[in-house]
Amino acid sequence: MSVAPPKVLLAMHVNGADVECAFSPSKTLLEVVREDLGLTGTKHGCEMGHCGACTVLVDGVPVLSCLELAVEAEGREVTTVEGLARGAEMHPVQAAFAECGAAQCGYCTPGFLMSAAALLDGADGRTLTQPEIAEALAGNLCRCTGYTKIIEAVALANGRMAEQSRG
Amino acid sequence: MAERDLRTVSTATNPDIDAAGFTVDSAVSSIAIAAPATPAGKPEGFSVVGKSTPKVNAFAAVTGAAIFADDVVLPRMLHGKLLRSTKPHARLIKVDCSRALELPGVVAVATGADIPVRYGILPSSPDETVLAYDTVRYVGDPIAAVVADDELTAEEALDLIDVTYEPLPSIMTIDAALRDDLPQIHANPRRTNNVHKEVHLEFGDMGAGFADADRIFEDEYFFEGNTHAPMEEHSVVAAFGADSKLTIWASTQTPHYLHRIAAQVLEMPASRIRVIAPPVGGGFGGKTEPFAHELAAAYLSCKTGRPVKITLTRQEVFYAHRGRHPVKMRIKTGVKRDGTITACHLQTWLDGGAYGSYGVATTYYTGALSTVTYKIPAYKFDGCRVFTNKPPCGPKRGHGTTQPRFAFECHLDAIADALGIDAAEYRKRIAVDPHSTTVNGLRITSCGLRECIDAAAMRTDYAAKRARKQKGKGIGIAASTYLCGAGLPIYWNEMPHSGAIVKVDRGGGVTVYCGTSECGQGSEHMLAAIVAETLGIDVMDVRVCSGDTDLTPVDLGSYSSRVTFMAGNAARQAAARVRSQIADVAAAKLGIAVDRVGFALRRVFDVDKPENAINFLEAAQATEAKLGTIAGVGSYAPPPGIAGDFKGSGVGPSPAYSYSACVAEVDVDLETGAVTVEKITLAHDVGRAINPDSVEGQIEGGVYMGLGEALMEEQIFRAGEHKIPNLLDYKTPTILDMPPVESIIIETDDAEGPFGAKEAGQGPLNPVIPAIANAVADAIGARVYSTPVTPEKVLKALDAASGGVLRLRKPAPPATPREPVAP
Ligand code: FES
Ligand code: FES
Repeated sequence: MSVAPPKVLLAMHVNGADVECAFSPSKTLLEVVREDLGLTGTKHGCEMGHCGACTVLVDGVPVLSCLELAVEAEGREVTTVEGLARGAEMHPVQAAFAECGAAQCGYCTPGFLMSAAALLDGADGRTLTQPEIAEALAGNLCRCTGYTKIIEAVALANGRMAEQSRG
Repeated sequence: MAERDLRTVSTATNPDIDAAGFTVDSAVSSIAIAAPATPAGKPEGFSVVGKSTPKVNAFAAVTGAAIFADDVVLPRMLHGKLLRSTKPHARLIKVDCSRALELPGVVAVATGADIPVRYGILPSSPDETVLAYDTVRYVGDPIAAVVADDELTAEEALDLIDVTYEPLPSIMTIDAALRDDLPQIHANPRRTNNVHKEVHLEFGDMGAGFADADRIFEDEYFFEGNTHAPMEEHSVVAAFGADSKLTIWASTQTPHYLHRIAAQVLEMPASRIRVIAPPVGGGFGGKTEPFAHELAAAYLSCKTGRPVKITLTRQEVFYAHRGRHPVKMRIKTGVKRDGTITACHLQTWLDGGAYGSYGVATTYYTGALSTVTYKIPAYKFDGCRVFTNKPPCGPKRGHGTTQPRFAFECHLDAIADALGIDAAEYRKRIAVDPHSTTVNGLRITSCGLRECIDAAAMRTDYAAKRARKQKGKGIGIAASTYLCGAGLPIYWNEMPHSGAIVKVDRGGGVTVYCGTSECGQGSEHMLAAIVAETLGIDVMDVRVCSGDTDLTPVDLGSYSSRVTFMAGNAARQAAARVRSQIADVAAAKLGIAVDRVGFALRRVFDVDKPENAINFLEAAQATEAKLGTIAGVGSYAPPPGIAGDFKGSGVGPSPAYSYSACVAEVDVDLETGAVTVEKITLAHDVGRAINPDSVEGQIEGGVYMGLGEALMEEQIFRAGEHKIPNLLDYKTPTILDMPPVESIIIETDDAEGPFGAKEAGQGPLNPVIPAIANAVADAIGARVYSTPVTPEKVLKALDAASGGVLRLRKPAPPATPREPVAP
């Protein structure tokens, strides 16, 4: 039994798959992703829109899933960190994070990866400047790394993706 | 596999090594001074240690596969919430949960009387109960716990608990805590005030020291409290089974201490409790002791027979705290004309908050390491920790040494200025020597302090920049030292501080079992690298099983920068025992003496004739056929004789010390007082870098955290309440605030460290704060005597330096511009 309002059934597109999910309409996208869809890769550090740990992509745009009601995601494409890789192959930004040591405790990492992936995928092979990278990640907090290796990793992924797009 | 590779590792692996074994170089990497690449007992040289490869646990981190405590979900799991005090100090008259229990979905509640056992992380201050039962001591002090079918219901139920308080006067400052006319936060018939702990130590001849001095300098400083704010909010899942065994998954840096105290508080045999530390989403000292939510979840799981999860909100994390103590400090130092220190007297007053936590140790730490950086022949230390009605303070990265390091390094700059000696040169002149003993009996072994100062100063062109004296531009230097693990455990026992088991399976895979907790510092990779190096296999061939009190031997935990040194040595010993079993069998197969057997690149070979080799798998299988199951155990305890012989000598000794020097370059806006840090250069003596990228990561993280403490982070209170318990108002540096960081690694190859390694987790933070403060002083020609160095304080300091005519419209205070200090 619960004090929550009765559940609604919603059709969603999550990480490229159609899913149906029943949840209380007062739940945030963060809660539904973690608790009802079992995608615990998305983290929370405040649930008030302050830290960026809960960043997911909705139609390719980074959003703070703790501030978004899940019902608003109906019919839209939601991507979480679990959906970044293409099959067994990691997204270049994931590989770069591992290589550069950009994840220490790794708790902020999914949020950073989503912000960075949106930036990189939108760059279309263009080389990004350091201020552009920093600006795009300014809403994500990390207490471990000092951000240095995170910027390095995003720049590395950007370089590799640019190279790929040139063929 | 290429023969060439084998030959490369069978000689020196590091091309930078010159004939003397040391060289300064570094276009290619951050290692400025490299230790010799062929260590004793390792004739084949290094093939893993010293290489920057992705951490073994990086892949789980970047795919979202890592399971943190709050990601653990069990069937029939209940969700819990804590009701917390809304009063800073009050007697609890009544806690009535009957209305809460009637709410549909609520399964059970607990109040203080249900779990009355007193405990404390230090056996000397058992002043906590899981839930308050007669007194609440800070806003946020837990009073009751509720479990329900879901989190929302549990939260709703909190509103239905009726609490009757009888408010008491609240004590919010050190000065108030020292008064005799206010109620005691913890009843103590031996005192009339709220002092928790006093320490008075004296070494050498203070009278003669000050009499010998040509000049005596005296300064007062204040370090504001701040908090760890790990990105992961603390979380626990506890599951009591039908077999009467309890399993606890907790975001903890110290699974062993949680294990001990859970047994004590729940009055259950420890043998029936299993504590698992999943990856911790940042700790920095904030998750090093058992918390109310962990013990309440365990109790309520036992009571309901169902798994219970409690995850703190961000606001609750600010209440859980155990962070940096606010400390007032007074330093008096006597020096000769050349700067030689003749005597030093340090006094500290620590604002401890509502409970003991690690505070007794913190009090000692504010005085214990002063002598490990610079030569001080006579030293007196008076420390005093008080209770206040605020969240309890405890250990944060640098534990109790960060505050006096700020004070002392600022004080040294003032002395150097007055004596007309360059600040970097001065520090080198008075630096401790390797292999020496301090006046308070601490043993120093390897020490790269002078090398750190030189490297940081050279790389920044420090001398020229310091000489320029351009208003608004500043450069500052500071140095520091830190432990490589506390020399004594926090509860007295004679057992090892760390244990490890290494096991080889028939497929050639190797598993290392060790009770460490991975909180982002890289302990998993460190263990894998040490085992891989010893057995000559790839780091990815090693699986790490850590932080599980049922499966792994005890490691005391991820605190005091002890893991690489202690768990690393335990793992090295365990792996060496496996190596020697395999070497015996392989020697017979290869037809050589056992001391010629080398291990590298998944091969076991003759170091004199590397082509005479078998692969590791073949060697392992031959060994299992001959000797049976292959496993080795290892343990580590610090050597005896590293501490002095006096009461209180248990805090400060360590098997080794790391050293750091930091140069900060700042720009200060003279109109607004805003400080922009333009660059931080930090040289760190890590002994040996097992994974240089990870060492750099720790340096960068330490610089970041130091920057936050220097310029913006402060845990402050208004009307008895935390003023800013959220991540927007509690300011931490964002990616846009972060200056470029240059990390310089200095290797001194510590004789007792695993492959020469020391620590990097905490040491690099300490010099950052005073380096920034010293750079600001250089830029504005005046000093800010407290942290954080805010624009407001910078303007005040400028104003005071100009005699009050420069800026402030209202008249400046005529006397001392500094913060008042407690008596
Ligand atoms: S959890 Fe959403 S911004 Fe912090
Ligand atoms: S890696 Fe720990 S918070 Fe970013």
